Amino acid sequence: MQSGTVLRAEDYRRRRDRLEGWDIGIASYKLGGRYCCEVDNVSSGGRLARGEGATREEAEAEALNKAREMLARTRVYPPR
Amino acid sequence: MSQYADPDVLVDTAWVVAHQSDPNVRVVEVDVDTGGYDQGHIAGAIAWNWTTQLCDTLQRDIIPPGDFRRLMEEAGIANDTTVILYGDNNNWFAAWALWQMKIYGHSDVRMMNGGRRKWLEEGRELTTDVPPIARSSYTVRGEPDFSIRAYLGDAQAASAQKSAALVDVRSPDEFTGRILAPPGLPETCQRGGHVPGARNIPWAKVCNEDGTFKSADELRALYEGEGVTPDRPTIAYCRIGERSSHTWFVLKYLLGYPDVKNYDGSWTEWGNLVRAPIERAAA
Repeated sequence: MQSGTVLRAEDYRRRRDRLEGWDIGIASYKLGGRYCCEVDNVSSGGRLARGEGATREEAEAEALNKAREMLARTRVYPPR
Repeated sequence: MSQYADPDVLVDTAWVVAHQSDPNVRVVEVDVDTGGYDQGHIAGAIAWNWTTQLCDTLQRDIIPPGDFRRLMEEAGIANDTTVILYGDNNNWFAAWALWQMKIYGHSDVRMMNGGRRKWLEEGRELTTDVPPIARSSYTVRGEPDFSIRAYLGDAQAASAQKSAALVDVRSPDEFTGRILAPPGLPETCQRGGHVPGARNIPWAKVCNEDGTFKSADELRALYEGEGVTPDRPTIAYCRIGERSSHTWFVLKYLLGYPDVKNYDGSWTEWGNLVRAPIERAAA
Protein backbone atom coordinates (compact mmCIF):
# COMPACT_ATOMS: atom_id res chain seq x y z
CA MET A 1 0.00 0.00 0.00
CA GLN A 2 1.30 3.48 -0.84
CA SER A 3 1.79 5.87 2.03
CA GLY A 4 -0.39 8.93 1.97
CA THR A 5 -3.04 7.38 -0.22
CA VAL A 6 -6.68 7.58 0.76
CA LEU A 7 -8.16 4.13 0.47
CA ARG A 8 -11.63 2.67 0.64
CA ALA A 9 -12.67 -0.92 0.92
CA GLU A 10 -14.66 -1.57 -2.24
CA ASP A 11 -17.11 -4.31 -3.06
CA TYR A 12 -17.08 -5.76 0.44
CA ARG A 13 -18.56 -9.26 0.44
CA ARG A 14 -19.17 -11.66 3.28
CA ARG A 15 -20.30 -15.26 3.27
CA ARG A 16 -20.20 -18.39 5.40
CA ASP A 17 -18.73 -21.75 4.48
CA ARG A 18 -17.30 -24.95 5.99
CA LEU A 19 -13.59 -25.73 6.14
CA GLU A 20 -12.03 -28.81 7.71
CA GLY A 21 -15.31 -29.41 9.52
CA TRP A 22 -15.51 -25.89 10.99
CA ASP A 23 -17.93 -23.09 10.20
CA ILE A 24 -16.03 -20.13 8.82
CA GLY A 25 -16.82 -16.61 7.72
CA ILE A 26 -15.11 -15.22 4.63
CA ALA A 27 -14.94 -11.48 4.05
CA SER A 28 -13.24 -10.03 1.02
CA TYR A 29 -12.86 -6.58 -0.51
CA LYS A 30 -10.67 -4.51 -2.78
CA LEU A 31 -8.33 -2.04 -1.10
CA GLY A 32 -5.88 0.17 -2.94
CA GLY A 33 -5.76 -1.95 -6.06
CA ARG A 34 -5.27 -5.21 -4.17
CA TYR A 35 -7.84 -7.67 -2.91
CA CYS A 36 -7.92 -8.60 0.77
CA CYS A 37 -9.58 -11.55 2.41
CA GLU A 38 -10.19 -12.34 6.08
CA VAL A 39 -11.31 -15.74 7.30
CA ASP A 40 -12.93 -16.08 10.72
CA ASN A 41 -13.86 -19.03 12.88
CA VAL A 42 -17.61 -18.56 13.33
CA SER A 43 -17.82 -20.36 16.66
CA SER A 44 -15.24 -18.29 18.50
CA GLY A 45 -15.56 -15.24 16.26
CA GLY A 46 -11.78 -15.07 16.06
CA ARG A 47 -9.75 -14.27 12.98
CA LEU A 48 -8.05 -17.29 11.42
CA ALA A 49 -6.12 -15.83 8.54
CA ARG A 50 -5.70 -12.97 6.12
CA GLY A 51 -4.72 -13.11 2.49
CA GLU A 52 -3.99 -10.66 -0.28
CA GLY A 53 -3.86 -10.98 -4.03
CA ALA A 54 -4.32 -9.33 -7.40
CA THR A 55 -7.78 -10.86 -7.64
CA ARG A 56 -10.46 -11.78 -5.11
CA GLU A 57 -9.86 -15.45 -5.88
CA GLU A 58 -6.14 -15.14 -5.15
CA ALA A 59 -6.75 -13.35 -1.88
CA GLU A 60 -9.34 -15.91 -0.78
CA ALA A 61 -7.13 -18.81 -1.78
CA GLU A 62 -4.24 -17.49 0.29
CA ALA A 63 -6.40 -16.83 3.34
CA LEU A 64 -8.20 -20.16 3.04
CA ASN A 65 -4.93 -22.09 2.72
CA LYS A 66 -3.60 -20.49 5.89
CA ALA A 67 -6.90 -21.07 7.67
CA ARG A 68 -7.01 -24.70 6.54
CA GLU A 69 -3.56 -25.35 8.00
CA MET A 70 -4.53 -23.69 11.25
CA LEU A 71 -7.75 -25.64 11.60
CA ALA A 72 -6.07 -28.91 10.69
CA ARG A 73 -3.56 -28.34 13.51
CA THR A 74 -6.28 -27.68 16.09
CA ARG A 75 -6.46 -30.55 18.53
CA VAL A 76 -10.02 -31.68 19.19
CA TYR A 77 -10.72 -33.67 22.32
CA PRO A 78 -13.42 -36.33 22.35
CA PRO A 79 -16.26 -36.02 24.88
CA ARG A 80 -15.29 -37.46 28.28
CA MET B 1 -28.46 3.67 20.29
CA SER B 2 -30.61 5.66 22.67
CA GLN B 3 -32.31 2.56 24.05
CA TYR B 4 -29.10 1.48 25.78
CA ALA B 5 -28.64 2.20 29.48
CA ASP B 6 -25.63 4.43 28.80
CA PRO B 7 -25.72 5.34 25.11
CA ASP B 8 -22.89 7.85 25.46
CA VAL B 9 -20.24 5.11 25.59
CA LEU B 10 -21.04 4.03 22.05
CA VAL B 11 -20.62 6.05 18.87
CA ASP B 12 -21.42 5.06 15.33
CA THR B 13 -19.16 5.37 12.31
CA ALA B 14 -20.88 8.57 11.16
CA TRP B 15 -20.08 10.20 14.51
CA VAL B 16 -16.41 9.37 14.01
CA VAL B 17 -16.44 10.91 10.53
CA ALA B 18 -18.07 14.04 11.90
CA HIS B 19 -15.41 14.38 14.62
CA GLN B 20 -12.30 13.47 12.63
CA SER B 21 -10.90 16.98 12.89
CA ASP B 22 -11.98 17.54 16.49
CA PRO B 23 -8.77 18.21 18.44
CA ASN B 24 -10.31 16.85 21.63
CA VAL B 25 -11.04 13.44 20.08
CA ARG B 26 -8.40 10.73 19.78
CA VAL B 27 -9.26 7.61 17.78
CA VAL B 28 -7.34 4.45 18.64
CA GLU B 29 -7.37 1.13 16.76
CA VAL B 30 -6.75 -1.97 18.87
CA ASP B 31 -6.67 -5.21 16.90
CA VAL B 32 -6.23 -8.88 17.68
CA ASP B 33 -4.23 -9.06 14.47
CA THR B 34 -1.79 -6.29 15.21
CA GLY B 35 -0.93 -5.89 11.53
CA GLY B 36 -4.44 -4.74 10.63
CA TYR B 37 -3.68 -1.07 11.26
CA ASP B 38 -0.87 -1.05 8.69
CA GLN B 39 -3.24 -2.25 5.99
CA GLY B 40 -5.27 0.93 6.37
CA HIS B 41 -6.92 2.73 9.26
CA ILE B 42 -9.17 5.67 10.07
CA ALA B 43 -7.38 8.95 9.29
CA GLY B 44 -5.88 10.36 12.46
CA ALA B 45 -6.12 7.07 14.34
CA ILE B 46 -3.19 5.62 16.17
CA ALA B 47 -2.73 1.96 17.10
CA TRP B 48 -2.14 0.20 20.38
CA ASN B 49 -0.64 -3.26 20.45
CA TRP B 50 -2.45 -5.35 23.05
CA THR B 51 0.46 -7.77 23.43
CA THR B 52 2.94 -5.10 24.48
CA GLN B 53 1.06 -1.92 25.39
CA LEU B 54 -2.08 -3.07 27.15
CA CYS B 55 -0.63 -5.46 29.67
CA ASP B 56 2.25 -5.82 32.08
CA THR B 57 4.91 -7.46 29.94
CA LEU B 58 6.67 -9.12 32.88
CA GLN B 59 4.11 -10.48 35.31
CA ARG B 60 0.62 -11.36 34.15
CA ASP B 61 -1.44 -8.27 34.89
CA ILE B 62 -3.10 -5.27 33.35
CA ILE B 63 -0.92 -2.34 32.33
CA PRO B 64 0.77 -0.78 35.41
CA PRO B 65 -0.24 2.81 36.32
CA GLY B 66 3.04 4.39 35.20
CA ASP B 67 2.94 2.63 31.86
CA PHE B 68 -0.72 3.62 31.46
CA ARG B 69 0.15 7.28 32.03
CA ARG B 70 2.96 7.08 29.47
CA LEU B 71 0.68 5.33 26.98
CA MET B 72 -1.86 8.15 27.30
CA GLU B 73 0.78 10.87 27.00
CA GLU B 74 2.44 9.31 23.97
CA ALA B 75 -1.00 9.02 22.36
CA GLY B 76 -1.63 12.71 22.95
CA ILE B 77 -4.47 11.89 25.32
CA ALA B 78 -5.12 14.31 28.16
CA ASN B 79 -7.49 13.67 31.04
CA ASP B 80 -10.30 15.47 29.22
CA THR B 81 -9.76 13.88 25.79
CA THR B 82 -12.61 11.91 24.28
CA VAL B 83 -11.11 8.57 23.29
CA ILE B 84 -12.77 6.44 20.63
CA LEU B 85 -11.69 2.81 20.46
CA TYR B 86 -12.30 0.41 17.60
CA GLY B 87 -10.72 -2.73 16.27
CA ASP B 88 -11.08 -6.04 14.49
CA ASN B 89 -12.95 -9.11 15.69
CA ASN B 90 -15.93 -6.92 16.58
CA ASN B 91 -13.90 -4.84 19.00
CA TRP B 92 -12.46 -7.61 21.21
CA PHE B 93 -9.37 -5.70 22.20
CA ALA B 94 -11.00 -2.30 21.84
CA ALA B 95 -13.18 -3.49 24.73
CA TRP B 96 -10.08 -4.70 26.58
CA ALA B 97 -8.55 -1.21 26.24
CA LEU B 98 -11.79 0.46 27.29
CA TRP B 99 -12.02 -1.74 30.40
CA GLN B 100 -8.51 -0.77 31.45
CA MET B 101 -9.13 2.91 30.79
CA LYS B 102 -12.17 2.68 33.06
CA ILE B 103 -10.07 0.99 35.74
CA TYR B 104 -7.72 3.96 35.59
CA GLY B 105 -10.61 6.40 35.67
CA HIS B 106 -10.52 7.97 32.21
CA SER B 107 -13.80 9.82 32.11
CA ASP B 108 -14.69 9.85 28.42
CA VAL B 109 -13.83 6.70 26.54
CA ARG B 110 -16.21 5.23 23.99
CA MET B 111 -16.40 2.39 21.52
CA MET B 112 -17.16 2.68 17.81
CA ASN B 113 -20.11 0.41 17.16
CA GLY B 114 -19.24 -2.35 14.69
CA GLY B 115 -15.51 -1.70 14.84
CA ARG B 116 -13.22 -2.12 11.89
CA ARG B 117 -15.57 -4.47 10.07
CA LYS B 118 -18.38 -1.91 9.95
CA TRP B 119 -16.01 0.82 8.76
CA LEU B 120 -14.69 -1.37 5.95
CA GLU B 121 -18.11 -2.60 4.96
CA GLU B 122 -19.41 0.94 4.63
CA GLY B 123 -16.53 1.79 2.32
CA ARG B 124 -15.34 4.65 4.49
CA GLU B 125 -11.97 6.32 4.00
CA LEU B 126 -8.80 4.68 5.24
CA THR B 127 -5.22 5.80 5.18
CA THR B 128 -1.84 4.24 5.79
CA ASP B 129 -0.48 7.51 7.22
CA VAL B 130 0.53 7.43 10.85
CA PRO B 131 -0.49 10.79 12.32
CA PRO B 132 2.05 12.98 14.12
CA ILE B 133 1.17 13.11 17.80
CA ALA B 134 1.92 15.96 20.17
CA ARG B 135 2.70 14.50 23.55
CA SER B 136 0.19 15.36 26.26
CA SER B 137 0.26 15.55 30.01
CA TYR B 138 -1.81 12.96 31.84
CA THR B 139 -2.47 12.32 35.51
CA VAL B 140 -3.78 9.04 36.87
CA ARG B 141 -6.10 10.31 39.56
CA GLY B 142 -6.94 8.32 42.65
CA GLU B 143 -6.84 4.58 43.05
CA PRO B 144 -7.65 2.22 40.19
CA ASP B 145 -11.28 1.08 40.15
CA PHE B 146 -10.93 -2.63 40.72
CA SER B 147 -14.65 -2.98 41.37
CA ILE B 148 -14.92 -3.90 37.68
CA ARG B 149 -12.22 -6.58 37.87
CA ALA B 150 -12.64 -10.09 39.26
CA TYR B 151 -9.77 -12.14 40.58
CA LEU B 152 -9.47 -15.86 41.05
CA GLY B 153 -10.95 -15.67 44.56
CA ASP B 154 -14.02 -13.89 43.24
CA ALA B 155 -14.52 -16.55 40.59
CA GLN B 156 -14.04 -19.32 43.15
CA ALA B 157 -16.62 -17.75 45.46
CA ALA B 158 -19.04 -17.31 42.58
CA SER B 159 -18.64 -20.95 41.66
CA ALA B 160 -18.73 -22.48 45.13
CA GLN B 161 -21.04 -20.10 46.99
CA LYS B 162 -23.06 -18.71 44.09
CA SER B 163 -22.06 -15.21 45.15
CA ALA B 164 -22.31 -14.03 41.55
CA ALA B 165 -23.54 -15.26 38.19
CA LEU B 166 -20.66 -16.62 36.13
CA VAL B 167 -20.87 -16.01 32.41
CA ASP B 168 -18.49 -17.98 30.20
CA VAL B 169 -18.42 -16.07 26.92
CA ARG B 170 -16.27 -18.54 24.97
CA SER B 171 -17.50 -20.76 22.20
CA PRO B 172 -19.46 -23.94 23.06
CA ASP B 173 -16.45 -26.02 21.93
CA GLU B 174 -14.23 -24.31 24.50
CA PHE B 175 -16.93 -24.47 27.17
CA THR B 176 -17.26 -28.24 26.82
CA GLY B 177 -13.53 -28.86 26.56
CA ARG B 178 -13.67 -30.05 22.95
CA ILE B 179 -10.91 -27.56 22.23
CA LEU B 180 -8.55 -25.72 24.59
CA ALA B 181 -8.46 -22.45 22.65
CA PRO B 182 -9.86 -21.09 19.41
CA PRO B 183 -7.89 -22.32 16.40
CA GLY B 184 -4.74 -20.32 15.88
CA LEU B 185 -4.72 -18.56 19.23
CA PRO B 186 -1.73 -19.65 21.26
CA GLU B 187 -2.62 -18.85 24.87
CA THR B 188 -3.96 -22.08 26.23
CA CYS B 189 -4.47 -24.23 29.29
CA GLN B 190 -3.78 -27.68 30.64
CA ARG B 191 -7.41 -28.73 30.85
CA GLY B 192 -10.54 -27.96 28.87
CA GLY B 193 -14.00 -27.24 30.24
CA HIS B 194 -15.49 -24.48 32.33
CA VAL B 195 -15.85 -23.12 35.83
CA PRO B 196 -18.56 -25.14 37.63
CA GLY B 197 -21.83 -23.29 37.62
CA ALA B 198 -21.01 -21.00 34.71
CA ARG B 199 -23.54 -20.29 31.98
CA ASN B 200 -22.28 -20.36 28.40
CA ILE B 201 -23.36 -17.20 26.61
CA PRO B 202 -20.87 -16.73 23.75
CA TRP B 203 -19.85 -13.11 23.27
CA ALA B 204 -20.77 -13.18 19.57
CA LYS B 205 -24.45 -13.57 20.41
CA VAL B 206 -24.56 -9.87 21.26
CA CYS B 207 -23.58 -8.79 17.74
CA ASN B 208 -25.38 -8.38 14.48
CA GLU B 209 -23.83 -9.72 11.29
CA ASP B 210 -22.23 -6.33 10.58
CA GLY B 211 -20.52 -6.29 13.96
CA THR B 212 -22.81 -3.75 15.61
CA PHE B 213 -24.51 -4.51 18.89
CA LYS B 214 -27.99 -5.94 18.99
CA SER B 215 -30.78 -3.85 20.47
CA ALA B 216 -31.17 -3.49 24.21
CA ASP B 217 -34.32 -5.59 24.11
CA GLU B 218 -32.52 -8.41 22.30
CA LEU B 219 -29.57 -8.23 24.68
CA ARG B 220 -31.83 -8.23 27.73
CA ALA B 221 -33.71 -11.24 26.42
CA LEU B 222 -30.43 -13.06 25.79
CA TYR B 223 -29.01 -12.65 29.30
CA GLU B 224 -32.22 -12.80 31.30
CA GLY B 225 -33.19 -15.90 29.32
CA GLU B 226 -30.07 -17.52 30.76
CA GLY B 227 -30.82 -16.33 34.29
CA VAL B 228 -28.26 -13.53 34.26
CA THR B 229 -30.19 -10.63 35.73
CA PRO B 230 -29.21 -7.16 36.97
CA ASP B 231 -30.26 -7.84 40.56
CA ARG B 232 -27.24 -10.11 41.07
CA PRO B 233 -23.49 -9.52 40.73
CA THR B 234 -22.09 -10.93 37.49
CA ILE B 235 -18.62 -12.09 36.52
CA ALA B 236 -17.73 -12.59 32.87
CA TYR B 237 -14.76 -14.65 31.76
CA CYS B 238 -13.30 -16.14 28.60
CA ARG B 239 -9.76 -17.36 27.88
CA ILE B 240 -7.53 -14.35 28.55
CA GLY B 241 -10.08 -11.66 29.35
CA GLU B 242 -10.57 -9.78 26.10
CA ARG B 243 -13.79 -11.40 24.88
CA SER B 244 -15.18 -11.11 28.39
CA SER B 245 -14.34 -7.40 28.50
CA HIS B 246 -16.63 -7.15 25.45
CA THR B 247 -19.43 -8.86 27.39
CA TRP B 248 -18.60 -6.75 30.46
CA PHE B 249 -19.13 -3.66 28.28
CA VAL B 250 -22.50 -4.93 27.12
CA LEU B 251 -23.77 -5.81 30.58
CA LYS B 252 -22.44 -2.68 32.27
CA TYR B 253 -23.09 0.04 29.72
CA LEU B 254 -25.64 -1.22 27.23
CA LEU B 255 -27.84 -2.98 29.79
CA GLY B 256 -26.85 -1.04 32.90
CA TYR B 257 -26.15 -3.95 35.23
CA PRO B 258 -24.83 -2.30 38.40
CA ASP B 259 -22.26 -4.92 39.45
CA VAL B 260 -20.35 -6.56 36.60
CA LYS B 261 -16.76 -7.68 36.73
CA ASN B 262 -14.36 -8.95 34.11
CA TYR B 263 -12.31 -11.94 35.29
CA ASP B 264 -9.23 -11.41 33.13
CA GLY B 265 -7.40 -14.41 34.57
CA SER B 266 -10.15 -16.35 32.85
CA TRP B 267 -9.73 -19.89 31.59
CA THR B 268 -5.96 -19.67 31.16
CA GLU B 269 -5.80 -19.19 34.92
CA TRP B 270 -8.54 -21.56 36.07
CA GLY B 271 -7.74 -24.25 33.51
CA ASN B 272 -4.13 -24.40 34.67
CA LEU B 273 -4.83 -24.57 38.40
CA VAL B 274 -3.93 -27.79 40.17
CA ARG B 275 -7.04 -29.43 41.61
CA ALA B 276 -9.43 -26.73 40.45
CA PRO B 277 -12.88 -28.23 39.86
CA ILE B 278 -13.96 -28.32 36.22
CA GLU B 279 -17.21 -29.11 34.46
CA ARG B 280 -17.55 -30.17 30.86
CA ALA B 281 -21.27 -30.58 30.39
CA ALA B 282 -22.87 -28.40 27.75
CA ALA B 283 -24.91 -25.48 29.07
